[in-house]
Amino acid sequence: MLNKLTLKQAIDKLDNKKITLEDIWADVLSAIKNQNDKLNVYLAINKNFKSQPNKPLKGLPIAVKDNFCTKGTITTASSLLLKDFVPQFESTVTQKLKDAGGEIVGKTNMDAWAHGSSTETSQYGKTLNPRNTQHLPGGSSGGSAAAVAADMCIASLGSETAGSIRQPAAWCGVVGLKPTYGRTSRYGIVAMASSTDSPGPITKTVEDAAILLNHIAGHDPLNATSSSEKTPNFTESLDKPIENLKIGIIYHNLEGLENVWKLFAPQLKIFTKLGASVKYAQAMDPKHAISVYTVVQRSEVSSNLARFDDVRYQHGRDTFGNEAKKRIMLGTHTLSKVFNTHPYSLAQKVRTLLIKDYEKLFKKYDVLISLTSPGFAKKVGATEGSAMFGELEDMLMEVSSLSGMPGISIPCYRDEKTNLYLGMNIMAPMWREDLVIQVADAFEKNTSWNSWRNNNYQ
Amino acid sequence: MKQKIDKQLVRHIAELAQIPITAKEEESLANDFAATLKVVDQLQKVDAKGVKLTYQVTGLKNITREDEVNKKNMFTQKQALINASHTYDGFFVVKRVIDAK
Repeated sequence: MLNKLTLKQAIDKLDNKKITLEDIWADVLSAIKNQNDKLNVYLAINKNFKSQPNKPLKGLPIAVKDNFCTKGTITTASSLLLKDFVPQFESTVTQKLKDAGGEIVGKTNMDAWAHGSSTETSQYGKTLNPRNTQHLPGGSSGGSAAAVAADMCIASLGSETAGSIRQPAAWCGVVGLKPTYGRTSRYGIVAMASSTDSPGPITKTVEDAAILLNHIAGHDPLNATSSSEKTPNFTESLDKPIENLKIGIIYHNLEGLENVWKLFAPQLKIFTKLGASVKYAQAMDPKHAISVYTVVQRSEVSSNLARFDDVRYQHGRDTFGNEAKKRIMLGTHTLSKVFNTHPYSLAQKVRTLLIKDYEKLFKKYDVLISLTSPGFAKKVGATEGSAMFGELEDMLMEVSSLSGMPGISIPCYRDEKTNLYLGMNIMAPMWREDLVIQVADAFEKNTSWNSWRNNNYQ
Repeated sequence: MKQKIDKQLVRHIAELAQIPITAKEEESLANDFAATLKVVDQLQKVDAKGVKLTYQVTGLKNITREDEVNKKNMFTQKQALINASHTYDGFFVVKRVIDAK
């Protein structure tokens, strides 16, 4: 059962020599062996590790989304085109993970090329939600979120373009942190939309997310858009009072959200109890964010995926799945010269308006809070015939992605009948992950929704 | 922004994007595009006159480095070719592009 330890618990117990790394790995590998055939979480599994007692992550098993290039290990981005692609270099984030003593236990399933919010578009089969296998894990980092939920790792890494860390975290009842754009390096990650792609941690607790972010953040000379902004110690934001913080609640009066809102609204009371000021605020209609994101993302996809062909990657463009074909072609179209008003330019203008809207709100509030996704995890097969599935599931996070601002999703409600979770999305201004962590940690520690907080291993 | 999405346009885009598609796909892609572009069309309703474009969110500009070879970050010829489908004498073999038709 040592696979159920949080990252922090595992580190502490190894430090105190109460358990051995071998025992943890044995339990994690056995959880994988027992569940992977059914859940389809891992595309590749690594059983080799070395104990690194002097390094902060000690040699603990960490799951990594299969769009991080890992030197010498096949990296597919869940696509057939990259079925045999063996990277000759290591992504900066996985290199940093390894430098800190993290060991990759496996590469996780995802929506092919990260195009989706369900993990159903993977060309290696869908992943099932460990909380309820009739349901989807969300995506695109669905495998990484499921690996955490099923205790098939101690912690994991995912990447987000617009919701791809937070939405699967919400659907699987785990914690997902999207850092500020440029906080973590994109070098060596199979690109989707270069202007918003942000790798980040998916973990059991907020504390674990803070620990992992400390190790993967920082400027990278190999990624020109990574920032030289100083990396604070994010664990210093834990166990901090939130009294006097100003919290703005947004997207509370959207049509169609009434039923989940009834479950979500009562959870906000704890913030008032802890001394924060909680007020309802009005943000621009998220439908504009959907439109902007659709144009920006498709355009950047068509450009980024132009490089993939059989000359360098063995398999040709005929192997693209339906979703990738759609996105590449739509992006080719939105970048073409056939329009009177150029959609790409118009989208980038409305993007400015959306950012200004949030900046205005952040003059009044320290953090903004919304639901992560408009509902619980959808049933297996839900993406069928829905051309805009992901955009609708991710709409409440899209502004923070398009603006580069950080956000976290934490479990904030569990439905007893289905065992499915709702996620709370906490967002802050650029470079203020500290605030996001502080508020999320306070919520987690003062409520009982996190399924690891009350485990018997503390 | 309005433009009719028909199979002919889909064929044209597929050619530009170098995506091989079947006749059946032409039809379903045309439908999907129409649905997606309807959402995109909502942008026309936003008053964005005179608003600046956002290409980059962190305000970084003109990031350069010294024009020096970084030997730590260099492939050997063998590494560069390792994922290629066809090689010859240390080169990539590519399909004919000029006069291909």
